[in-house]
Amino acid sequence: MARKRLIQAMNEALFEEMERDPAIILFGEDVKASLFGDTKGLWKRFGPDRVRDTPICEALISGMAVGAAAAGRRVICHMMFGNFVYTGMDAIANQAAKLRYMTNGQIKLPITFLAVSGGGRSAAAQHSDAIHPVLANLGGIKVVMPSSPADAKGLLKAAIRDDDPVFFLQAAGRGGEPGEVPEEDYVIPLGEAAVVRPGREVTVVAIGSMVRPALRCADILAREGIEVEVVDPRTLVPLDRETILGSVRKTGRLVVVDEARDTCSFASHIAALAAEQAFDALRAPIRRVTVPDCAIPFAPVLERAVLPDAERIAQAVRDTLAFGRSA
Amino acid sequence: MSVTGTNLPRHELLALYERMLLIRRAEEQLAQDCAAGKLPGPVHLYVGQEAIAVGVCAHLEDRDWITSTHRGHGHFLAKGGDLGRMLAEIYGRAAGICGGFGGSMHVADFSKGIIGANGVVGGGIALATGAALAAQLDGDGKVAVCFFGDGAANQGVLAEALNVGALWKLPLVLVCENNGFSEFSPTATVTSGRIVERARPFGVPGVEVDGNDVLAVWQAANVAVRRAREGGGPTLIEARTYRTRGHVEYETTFITEPYREEAEVQAWRARDPIPRFASWLLNHELASSQELEAIAQAVAQQVAEAVRFAESAPEPDPALARGSMFVNPR
Repeated sequence: MARKRLIQAMNEALFEEMERDPAIILFGEDVKASLFGDTKGLWKRFGPDRVRDTPICEALISGMAVGAAAAGRRVICHMMFGNFVYTGMDAIANQAAKLRYMTNGQIKLPITFLAVSGGGRSAAAQHSDAIHPVLANLGGIKVVMPSSPADAKGLLKAAIRDDDPVFFLQAAGRGGEPGEVPEEDYVIPLGEAAVVRPGREVTVVAIGSMVRPALRCADILAREGIEVEVVDPRTLVPLDRETILGSVRKTGRLVVVDEARDTCSFASHIAALAAEQAFDALRAPIRRVTVPDCAIPFAPVLERAVLPDAERIAQAVRDTLAFGRSA
Repeated sequence: MSVTGTNLPRHELLALYERMLLIRRAEEQLAQDCAAGKLPGPVHLYVGQEAIAVGVCAHLEDRDWITSTHRGHGHFLAKGGDLGRMLAEIYGRAAGICGGFGGSMHVADFSKGIIGANGVVGGGIALATGAALAAQLDGDGKVAVCFFGDGAANQGVLAEALNVGALWKLPLVLVCENNGFSEFSPTATVTSGRIVERARPFGVPGVEVDGNDVLAVWQAANVAVRRAREGGGPTLIEARTYRTRGHVEYETTFITEPYREEAEVQAWRARDPIPRFASWLLNHELASSQELEAIAQAVAQQVAEAVRFAESAPEPDPALARGSMFVNPR
């Protein structure tokens, strides 16, 4: 174990996987200069054949990832910011997500797309979208959202080794967060949620960047004598429904926290699943804590006003506990 | 016809003829099937453009990659795809090359290097560029060929591919089939300048060729594919041709405004690449009319057998409709 930042954990995973498998190539925008630090040093170690800077042309590079994967490579494609994924969307939505299905499973497409997603850094509306609901709805793209350095390393390795297209979304405001990271080679399988804090009274499912404020909220509420269980899905596609529903059946109350906009947020999907499949266990309406249906603003005070934080989550938890008591 | 420089042996010339005729007869069958209401979905026919797929794919091996378009049956067959399984796919049968999951616009056979037809105009351009990168890294002389239309030439991704292809000297051949129409819009109404010249600012060689002359296409592709194999980088070939059938079969039932004159269609029918090549073969005494007739009969028989196979194949099992989205669903 050593204390590392999340972005360093990703960097370690990339080094170890590219060392392990010579079929892996990595390309994208500014991967050599590595503005986030995740691809730092890879070019020097693995050379320009395997690590390439591309022009800024997302429509091409996302499609090249599909073509190179179809032609036998294991591809890591860096799209930089989540909002830029929209520019590369044809190859992601129409090609990567469908080529295997349309051809009756003739091929595998081992692609890991990397992108920073979400707000919190005053990057403003065109650099701050939480893009996971869009990607999860495509059906043929796996979506991974780590919330800690240790998870980031193990999940990124799993994403790279996976034979399907995976989006690995690093939360914009969380790359610098430190945490204990195991030294050894380890993989966290896709599709396994984690109960990051056990509790009896309310389940809080928090996605990606929202795990940290959810844990802070659990601390605040513990001081009020409220026991919150925090569940981190870790991957949205495939989704570990059993762990989420198991927690809901135990606590009977659910709050879902998502940095996506409210309409069709991933929180909506989790809420719907719980309503359909654990209705009998619910003792209060499900609450969702999301971003209002507006763009992400620039000024810090405005941005803080729209992003979920520990206090908003805590209020939702108190509301769900209050249900039925005042009546 | 411009045979100078091809020096093709007779059996290879006849193979070009046979392959063009196979594509034509197969698609005439599909046109009939469509008119008879036998096809579950739309088909975009390649009639009149066969010389391009055949002239280019004559230079390719199974290991080379192609990407194709919504008008992709010709590319599929020219690259060695199986006719019976293609028809079964278009009929929506389990024995189809894609098990009935893809249909006409998605026929693909990766074992033959056919990354597939593509329902998105310009959708194959980036895929071919990526396959070319993989081929370059493999370092064994493979190439990637991208077939696309004049409509796709107006997608920005073509400029992106020319830029990266030239920058990295990718083994990529971009074959633009300018058939005069961007779906239902005449090319001139939606396209400025000459498509072939779009290669020039990137330092990519651009070659314009008569797309209804299989030998001219063969020669242009010979140079381009060899350059790509030898590390010389990409080439843009603009093959001028004409779509003698509509954008999509049955379009006259929904098109509200005619977009071309019948006289224009007739004028281009007179330049049909198949009878044109037949006359050339006869005039140069490289084939007798009996030989060409024998090829026609063999092709007709092959199509009839493929139709029998496809028609008698069972439909897919609806219980399996979720298909194979992922290698590892969990």
